[in-house]
Amino acid sequence: MAGGIKDKVAILGMGCTRFGERFDCGPDDLMFEAFTECLSDAGIGVETIQAAWYGNCVSGESMGGSATPMSVALRLPNIPVTRVENMCCTGTEAFRGAVYAVAAGAVDIALALGIEKLKDTGFSGLPFISMGPKGDLWWSDFSAPGVFAQLASAYAAKHNLPKEDLKRAMAHVSWKSHQNGSLNPKAHLKNRPSIEQILGAPMIAEPLGLYDCCGVSDGCACAIVTTPEIARSFGKKDVVTVKALQVANSNGREIGHQSWDGSYLVTTRAAAKRAYEEAGIRNPREEITMLEVHDCFSITELVTMEDLFISPEGGAIKDILDGFYDRHDGKVPCQVDGGLKCFGHPIGASGLRMIYEMYLQLLDRAGDRQLKNSRLGLTHNLGGLPAQNVCGMSIIGRLSD
Amino acid sequence: MNDVGISAYGGYVPRLRLSRESAVRANDWVDPSLMMNAKSERSMCDVDEDSVTMAVEAARDCLQGVDLGSLDSLYFASTTFPFLDRQNSTIIAEALALKDDVETLDIASSQRAGTSGLICALKTAANSCTTLYVSADCRKTKAGTANELLFGDGAAALALGTQGILAKFIGSVSLNRDFVDHFRGDGSRYDTYFEQRWIREEGYLRMVPDALQALFKKTGIAPEDVTHFIMPCVIRGVREVVAKRIGIPPERIRNDLAAGCGETGTAHPLVMLVDTLEEAKPDEMIVMVGFGQGVDALAFRTTSTIDGFAPRRGIKNHLANGVVEKNYQKFLSFRNMVEIDWGMRAEAAPKARPSAAWRKHKEYNALVGGRCMRCGTIQFPMAHICVNPECQARDSQENYRLADSTARIVSYTVDRLAYSPHPPLVFGIIEFEEGARFLAQFTGCDPETVTVDAPMEMVFRIKKMERERNFRTYFWKATPLTNRGKEK
Repeated sequence: MAGGIKDKVAILGMGCTRFGERFDCGPDDLMFEAFTECLSDAGIGVETIQAAWYGNCVSGESMGGSATPMSVALRLPNIPVTRVENMCCTGTEAFRGAVYAVAAGAVDIALALGIEKLKDTGFSGLPFISMGPKGDLWWSDFSAPGVFAQLASAYAAKHNLPKEDLKRAMAHVSWKSHQNGSLNPKAHLKNRPSIEQILGAPMIAEPLGLYDCCGVSDGCACAIVTTPEIARSFGKKDVVTVKALQVANSNGREIGHQSWDGSYLVTTRAAAKRAYEEAGIRNPREEITMLEVHDCFSITELVTMEDLFISPEGGAIKDILDGFYDRHDGKVPCQVDGGLKCFGHPIGASGLRMIYEMYLQLLDRAGDRQLKNSRLGLTHNLGGLPAQNVCGMSIIGRLSD
Repeated sequence: MNDVGISAYGGYVPRLRLSRESAVRANDWVDPSLMMNAKSERSMCDVDEDSVTMAVEAARDCLQGVDLGSLDSLYFASTTFPFLDRQNSTIIAEALALKDDVETLDIASSQRAGTSGLICALKTAANSCTTLYVSADCRKTKAGTANELLFGDGAAALALGTQGILAKFIGSVSLNRDFVDHFRGDGSRYDTYFEQRWIREEGYLRMVPDALQALFKKTGIAPEDVTHFIMPCVIRGVREVVAKRIGIPPERIRNDLAAGCGETGTAHPLVMLVDTLEEAKPDEMIVMVGFGQGVDALAFRTTSTIDGFAPRRGIKNHLANGVVEKNYQKFLSFRNMVEIDWGMRAEAAPKARPSAAWRKHKEYNALVGGRCMRCGTIQFPMAHICVNPECQARDSQENYRLADSTARIVSYTVDRLAYSPHPPLVFGIIEFEEGARFLAQFTGCDPETVTVDAPMEMVFRIKKMERERNFRTYFWKATPLTNRGKEK
């Protein structure tokens, strides 16, 4: 019987670029920037890396297909490099590949890198992503905010909420992330709009206004992973380990079967249950101390608080407005680095960017936004649309915890 | 010839109505005389409608309660086919889920096509070949013309056969004359019209009375026996002069639906016929004229069966449930007459892949999902494994058509970021009364009033338009059930 991933793999080093509209950088520049920080943090040379996973979602906007672009950009020593893509979970998937390789004992040291270069499309927003020749026949056209906005209408209907109450809580979600992001030198957006500005912003996809949507950013994040024993042998004292690593994909039930009401994420709930079990967490509201969730849109973060079983069902609005997820005095601070909302969302890099924040917090290296007593951090990604998606999740902590 | 006639009828007028005044205001600097036609509205296709989609909707209006298996042929008359070489009537047949051995035929090339095709279809139907006859037009006119104001978009459908006749075909006369009142040559986008007084004098006033006299002589009908006289003509007063010359009492002249609809091209005699049948009583004589390179004149006599039939909605209901569009620029844009900058996002859409569409053509063209024969779950699209998590039976599904089912909105949004040629894009998850659901595009949906649980119905529309290849794909969209008023 498999025992799960808990404490089998340690993070030896991490790197992350400044996120944003990096018109100055191509994808190879971004990879070099993150990887240089990561190598230096790990204290190893490139020749020590035995296998690598390259996460990139929209390959046509970055460097084309296959994993070779990363191998070339980083001059990797002819090691196996695998490209993974699982929409917005791509970064987490790259991490999972590297972590599993180490856990399997196949290699001692592996690299996971997530990269996205979105700002060469020539227009704002995400590039067009096809549903394939069959899907294009019948799926409605949509934008990313449009499909996540669906959650808001179904959530409001389920809980019989006035639109204004939901919108107010969504505004607090974004307000909080802007407050946090302004403290992060690597964040894409550092401005601090007021609640009134957020509520009054132009509508993108009802009820999501401009400030309910995350940034479309360029960026890269990476991690070098190894066993806790090797990490110690490299002189790491506070060894940060993986406590859980889960992915859950939709199987068509949400969009196709009446048993789903459109107001929550089936995959997040499935992945969370498995992740808590893998990490040995019984009461996430008490035990998880920080969150980086997939706040592609404010409403996504709101329902995710319930899907992670941290807020009770129907209770996210109260928790949010009570400041439960705020950095100051919040019980479980969420998006401490600014989140997708303000750190930015280079699709393939986001999962690793979240893990990077957990890693910094656990090592007391988070600067102005450092939390007190961080112990267990949960990261969460969602790719696709609420009705059909993939969820990626990790729980990161110290080996000693 | 066996007794043959109309056994069911239906019509369609798009929900959008262009305010004529808005068009006049934009163009009267070119031609102040346009003011003469500034009253009321004309019907206009939404950006996702064309002659094929209107014909499908008219046929569905007609075919309520009709056994589709009884239909042997489908004829489609139009002068505005979306495809010049790809049979348009076959698209309609597939959308309606007709038998795959139904004989299909497109009829074109004249404003008389609608009536000439009908005569031909009646002859086919007389040979025990039950025929669905549909006609639709959405004519393109240059900006700033009177015809732009006088024309409209619309469709009509008739089921023709020897059983259940509610209007019996009495006879017809066709005169052919190479009279070039207007023409549209190969590759031209617009018609060229010649002097209206000449068309009136040498065309309508000379040819139509000849045809009617021949019809009366052939059938033995007296002019005063005519209960309903149907004659489309956008030239003012022509109908009245013809009726007077031939001896048809003026009160028998049918309204040409200029208010709210406009002349729907080659479909218009049929649109007016459907409008007439909706209020006709048993044993009334209907005489109908089609004009274009000659004249068709047809006579029908209603039977007692007419009281027992009503279309799903009919022309009158469609006319009563319109939405006035005062933005003339939208009308131009929907007809691809003005180049709007839709941004780079609009360029990104992938090209249609007919090989992929063909693989599932019946499912997507006719909105056929699957019904699991083990657990009964109805789902869309049909899949190898049942979507019910409690069942998951393999290869257990039979066809189940959802096109005529109503649905409710599970979730929705009004999307101002996604490209739409008629922004904002409104879409959401809909759930059919039988349980199947998918992420559907909404059309004819007011962004201000859309709500969760609102009842929706399905309509056949253009899904994607590829301007460079001049190709279009069709699929079903959801529209508020309340748009069209009550069904009969």
